[in-house]
Amino acid sequence: MAELNIEPHAPSFQQEMKQLAEDLLQKIESGDLGQAVGVVNSINEARDRTLYDEIGKLTRGLHESIKNLKSGDELSEESGMGQASDKLSYVIEMTDKAANRTMDLAEEGMPLNQENLEGSIELQKEWQKFLRKELKPNEFRDLTKKVDAYFSQTQANSKKIGSQLSDILMAQDFQDLTGQVIQRVTKLVAEVESRLVDLVVMAGEVDRITGITHTETHQTETPQEDSNNVLAEGPQIDTSIEGVVEGQDDVDDLLSSLGF
Amino acid sequence: MKILVVDDFSTMRRIVKNLLRDLGFTNTQEADDGLTALPMLQSGDFDFLVTDWNMPGMTGLDLLKHVRADDKLKTLPVLMVTAEAKRDQIVAAAQAGVNGYVVKPFTAAVLKEKIDKIFERVDG
Repeated sequence: MAELNIEPHAPSFQQEMKQLAEDLLQKIESGDLGQAVGVVNSINEARDRTLYDEIGKLTRGLHESIKNLKSGDELSEESGMGQASDKLSYVIEMTDKAANRTMDLAEEGMPLNQENLEGSIELQKEWQKFLRKELKPNEFRDLTKKVDAYFSQTQANSKKIGSQLSDILMAQDFQDLTGQVIQRVTKLVAEVESRLVDLVVMAGEVDRITGITHTETHQTETPQEDSNNVLAEGPQIDTSIEGVVEGQDDVDDLLSSLGF
Repeated sequence: MKILVVDDFSTMRRIVKNLLRDLGFTNTQEADDGLTALPMLQSGDFDFLVTDWNMPGMTGLDLLKHVRADDKLKTLPVLMVTAEAKRDQIVAAAQAGVNGYVVKPFTAAVLKEKIDKIFERVDG
């Protein structure tokens, strides 16, 4: 990535200004007003040139950084930020698909497992009858057929469950794919942040060069959160933060302290 | 028993529905936020509401407040199943009249325990 090299102090600009100012003073003192006006124009030109140079550098830097938001080789004209949000939508889509695929497979497997379990319980009852010598010969013949059928059933079910389990494993590949996408977006955000810092520095420099002063804008205080209006914040990633519960046990303790 | 499961993520609704089914509750319906849930609650004879907190449209907390303010619904047992894990949020939910609070990620055992506890209290 092209490094943006901002020189906020632009020493050459300062030297040039000093030179021109001395020149101007000299021209005025010697009464040469026509040339003095020319020098004033040069000062303006120098200021504008510096301004444009610096803004140009900054713009290039920002453009570079936005271009880098796009995935490597393609250089479409779409904005990097648009792509970042597309990428995040992709993450939601991938995780949604994987979660549903996993649940589909688990739901398909559960009844097969249940069938095996129930068949085994049923057979065990009859087997124990047999061990207690309570089975009549024709009942025993039925039992041998049932055992045979149970073998076929469990084999078929086990094969299906086995393939469902390996499909569940495969469905976890989303972690790798979404992880990579999120890493890219994270990098992008860091990049944009650093460019914004550059921009703030640059804006300060522009103010200095042009002599613009700002009346201090007082930030309106963030309204105190109304206790009747506690807002949703989403998952707490760091449970060590003050006021965040560590898990269900903490929730239970807190609620029981409130009389629940 | 008829249960309404409210969450903006279909996968979470599916997980909750599956867990409820394992606990023997097969009559469940779904809504994806408070705005869709409230009319369903008002027109249907639901016995139990399981809701997430953070949802677009109307949040679970606002849904809870609407339920408690509605003469017909005010006694409906409400279990909040949410990733919101700040003490003041839990206190706010309690003050709004929630019957149980489960933080995500949760286990089937925790969900069962909270549901049992709610009905023990409601029935007793």
